[in-house]
Amino acid sequence: MSVASMSVGNVSIAAPKVHRMKTSRRLFSILGWAATGFSLALLSLLMLWILSVVAVRGAGAISLSLFTTITQGNGGGLLNAIEGTVVLSFGAMLLAVPFGVGSGIYISEYPHTKWASAIRFLADVLVGVPSIVMGYFGYVTMIDWLGWGFSVAAGSIILAIICLPYICRTTELALQQVPNALREAGYALGASEPRVILRILLPSVLPGVLTGIMLALAVSIGETAPLLYTAGWSNYLWDGRLTHSPIGYLTYAVYTFINEPFASANALAYAAAFLVTGFVLLINIVSRFIFDRGHR
Amino acid sequence: MKFRTVLAIVAGVLPGSLGAVVLFLTIYSWPAISYNGIAFAFHNTWNLGNLYGDPVTIAGVSIQPGAHYGILFLIVGTLLSTLIALVLAVPVGVGAAIFLAEAVSGKLRLWISFCVELLAAIPSVVFGLWGYVVLIPFLAHHVFPLLAGSLGLAIPIFGGQTGSGYGLLTAGVVLSLMVVPLIAATLRDAIVVQPATIREAAMGLGATKFETVWKVVLPNTNKVLVGATFLALGRALGETMAVLMVSGNALNYLPPNIYAPISTMAAFIVSQLDSALQDPTEMAVRSLAEIALVLCIISVIVNALARLMLLAWSPGRRLAG
Repeated sequence: MSVASMSVGNVSIAAPKVHRMKTSRRLFSILGWAATGFSLALLSLLMLWILSVVAVRGAGAISLSLFTTITQGNGGGLLNAIEGTVVLSFGAMLLAVPFGVGSGIYISEYPHTKWASAIRFLADVLVGVPSIVMGYFGYVTMIDWLGWGFSVAAGSIILAIICLPYICRTTELALQQVPNALREAGYALGASEPRVILRILLPSVLPGVLTGIMLALAVSIGETAPLLYTAGWSNYLWDGRLTHSPIGYLTYAVYTFINEPFASANALAYAAAFLVTGFVLLINIVSRFIFDRGHR
Repeated sequence: MKFRTVLAIVAGVLPGSLGAVVLFLTIYSWPAISYNGIAFAFHNTWNLGNLYGDPVTIAGVSIQPGAHYGILFLIVGTLLSTLIALVLAVPVGVGAAIFLAEAVSGKLRLWISFCVELLAAIPSVVFGLWGYVVLIPFLAHHVFPLLAGSLGLAIPIFGGQTGSGYGLLTAGVVLSLMVVPLIAATLRDAIVVQPATIREAAMGLGATKFETVWKVVLPNTNKVLVGATFLALGRALGETMAVLMVSGNALNYLPPNIYAPISTMAAFIVSQLDSALQDPTEMAVRSLAEIALVLCIISVIVNALARLMLLAWSPGRRLAG
């Protein structure tokens, strides 16, 4: 858009003789800053409120036995849920990283193909598909039709699909930061396409790619809805089977145990919320630092 | 095989997944779609029928006696809670974006921006927990009676029973918190990249700094605001856990006022799957799949529109994030 076409709008211009600003304009500006400042303050306060509730009640519920015992009825520990979250997220990353990074490379390095533009666009659309829809899709296909039962495989596959677009777009974004001279230099030395991409470009943008993977990991740790009807829930430790064996996870503990009328169950919910929020925020903060270092 | 062909195939997993979601949900819910017809969206009855009776055959489809599937109350609940979320989130998001972009600078802006974005990273179930434990009692005891006693006297939907705190307005408040970082961050970026020349032009004409921002810079970011609002709309429509925990999960019931319990399409899928599985004809589960399909198609359309709008705003530049 050119500068000429921009609206300089309905700014009333002071008449040449009068040099005092109208009180109404002064008031408008003061009120404007007050309202916008209030919005930001409100947002920050609400954020602090949520975090402090989780931190205070969660920290009060944390004990060593949480990490050593499994859930029993309305009490016990969270070892099964912690293990389950780790297993499910690890499985999701195992599937999502190769496909996500691969598709990110494709849309960055061959950007002018129709296929690449379609994928870029659909990745953005896929991010917006509600996670419960993904979960129900997983239920219909893997639990019902394939007969896997609530399982690690079904939960991880659905989480992987949810994480794919994040990894794809951040990988693309990272690769775009690489100056073209680096690609040209590689090809000029006679390196093949896979060699340039895998040995030259990818290592140079590793922090960016890693940021995307970590953010996707945070998403997978925080998801609940898509797992309810794919991973199920189990009070026991994982038996190592990929199918026909439900598994616990922390977000389920938050959702279920806060509704129980027992203090011990509520304590489990607070502790689980504390762990999940802590992990997710920590991952976000660490990945921000990695990203900043990569851009320095 | 050429390297680039391999990558093209790998990249195909992404559109493939989206296609598979739509395809399989359609196939699975097809008996329900053809049985429920268009009345699905306009009737206010979700009734699994007599689950102990023998299935009856109606119009060639086997269902439990008395079964009826209509989700008008879910559509109303979803739309109203989303509307409330946007009404609350857009002004706060715009305000926060302006203040962040224009009044704060340097390191401080980076830090506060980062904190606002962290709000978007908090898992939905944690918002639900906070809503359930802290926000509901607070709203039910302090805010709702106040609202009903003041606004309620003039505007009927704010009047009447304020209830237990579970309901439409609470769901809207929690949803607004979840989508506001999206609006604030996108708009802040758009304000920051506006050319300095238009600011200088406005200041040169004697505008104050706030007048410059409000009347000159902000109108140029209108399209971004619309795009970001659509992104927020898409997120609010599909949000599940937080709504499930604070909405009161109403069934076959249209809210008489803003405090009344509701349910949304996304939350209903979670709350009803267990009981729907009791239906031996599977029609209930397939009707839930129909809800999921409708939700999926709506969110694909909303998000596609949002991305197209944001793309149109930045010709020649590829959209980040």
